[in-house]
Amino acid sequence: MADYFDYGGGKRTMTSSDSIRMDKLCYSIGGRKILEDFDFHLERGVNRTILGVSGAGKTTILKLLLGLLDPDSGSVSIGDLCITGLPESKFMQQRKRIAIVFQGGALFDSMTVGENVGYRLFEEGRLSQAEITKIVIEKLSFVGVESAINLYPSELSGGMKKRVAISRALAADPDYIFFDEPTTGLDPIGVYNICNLMQRLQAEGKTTLMVTHDLATAFATSQRFTFLNKARMLFEGSEEEMKSSLIPEVREFLGPTDRSLFI
Amino acid sequence: MNFATIDKVLLIFFQELQNYFSLAGRAFVRIFRRPFYYREFTIQFDKLGFASLFICTLTGLFSGMVMALQSLIQLKPFAATSYVGGMVAITMVKELGPVLAALMVAGRVGSAITAELGTMVVTEQVDAMRVEGTDIIKRLVVPRLKAMLLALPLLTIVTDLVSIFGGYIMSAGYNINPVMYISGLPQFMVFQDLIEGVTKPAIFGAIIAITACYVGLNTKGGAAGVGAAAKQAVVLSSVMILVCDFFISKIFVVFRG
Repeated sequence: MADYFDYGGGKRTMTSSDSIRMDKLCYSIGGRKILEDFDFHLERGVNRTILGVSGAGKTTILKLLLGLLDPDSGSVSIGDLCITGLPESKFMQQRKRIAIVFQGGALFDSMTVGENVGYRLFEEGRLSQAEITKIVIEKLSFVGVESAINLYPSELSGGMKKRVAISRALAADPDYIFFDEPTTGLDPIGVYNICNLMQRLQAEGKTTLMVTHDLATAFATSQRFTFLNKARMLFEGSEEEMKSSLIPEVREFLGPTDRSLFI
Repeated sequence: MNFATIDKVLLIFFQELQNYFSLAGRAFVRIFRRPFYYREFTIQFDKLGFASLFICTLTGLFSGMVMALQSLIQLKPFAATSYVGGMVAITMVKELGPVLAALMVAGRVGSAITAELGTMVVTEQVDAMRVEGTDIIKRLVVPRLKAMLLALPLLTIVTDLVSIFGGYIMSAGYNINPVMYISGLPQFMVFQDLIEGVTKPAIFGAIIAITACYVGLNTKGGAAGVGAAAKQAVVLSSVMILVCDFFISKIFVVFRG
């Protein structure tokens, strides 16, 4: 099965196994609609950002794509497999192609940095302790926090936690990496480091999907942008298309005015 | 309250009940499946079981002493104070030992489990574990369930023994012959009472672990949510312990004939 995607630079053929998609997805919490008839497509090799104001449902999209939440209707597919309605054990292998860096890092409190990074490898039990340690050091070195290997998450700064979370995401060598508000709460140096790391990951062939409301980070690290407002996708396109968009909500988001309070 | 509201409340209640028993069922099935997480089990056994030893010892000592004191006062007019040992033992082994130890552990351990898992939920650590490919029931619930299944019967045995010792101290103060106190123990008890005395805490241990894990894994909201969940877990498991105690006692009475 082949689909055609326009990347702005021409068309190329891809198989559906190279993508993660949402079709006609609806999701609500306590009667409040978070997403309505939402279609989304993440193709391998195209780094995307989902933009939107706080509370728009951006993080929910990541959790739905990972099968951590069950939609009210519609479907989520990882590659050729529709994971909606399946028990986790049935799509564990497909999900291992994806890693996520949560907003707060979500490092396991009771484990050291080294144990956090090597967690999936320990769980899989395929590698020896020495091999896992080697991979852990390599991944921590990539993000520049190898000296923290024996520290606990409570002993790390916010920026270090995010970098450790990235190295944990890298440990299992995923194809896709999701970032949930990776720069929130960081100082400018921290933001620069995270952007730099994302660009290095992209250069290594990883596909990134980020949700954020930080425009500078989004434009520095992604080629395609999705704008979410009031449970619906209002815009999908490139940076240039977004900046020239006439959609009022998008314009408000890019250049807030007094009226922005009412978005 | 109209029918629609009653309908909604009942629907939520039965949904929660179904989810609770679903978690319990899946946890019990996974007890026998690999991986066994021995390290996690050891940590939990130490945290939940061994660390509760002091509070259970204290509970047993003073319960035994007060039981003996009250029994002595009641039995004295009938010149039956020699039965005080048997009375303390049977009451503690069959009823008070398991229930008091379970309530103490529910307060101390149930809230701790819920708070720990609740914090993991609100800080997305549980989601992170799921993404890493971990079966969270096997990783988080089963080690705690196994630890409680083993620890609470052992803690109850300690509580029972200490309470009998407490009763002995009190009786000695009232010039009851130690030999009479000890010889009274088997007169009141049969082997089935001992079985009842360890069956109850095993069931109570499962109730505490499953309730605490269920409430913890369903925590919503931030720090306030964690606090509310911890309180809810303690209240729920305490009530369930008392209700189940009656039914288990009734079942044992029926079997005794």
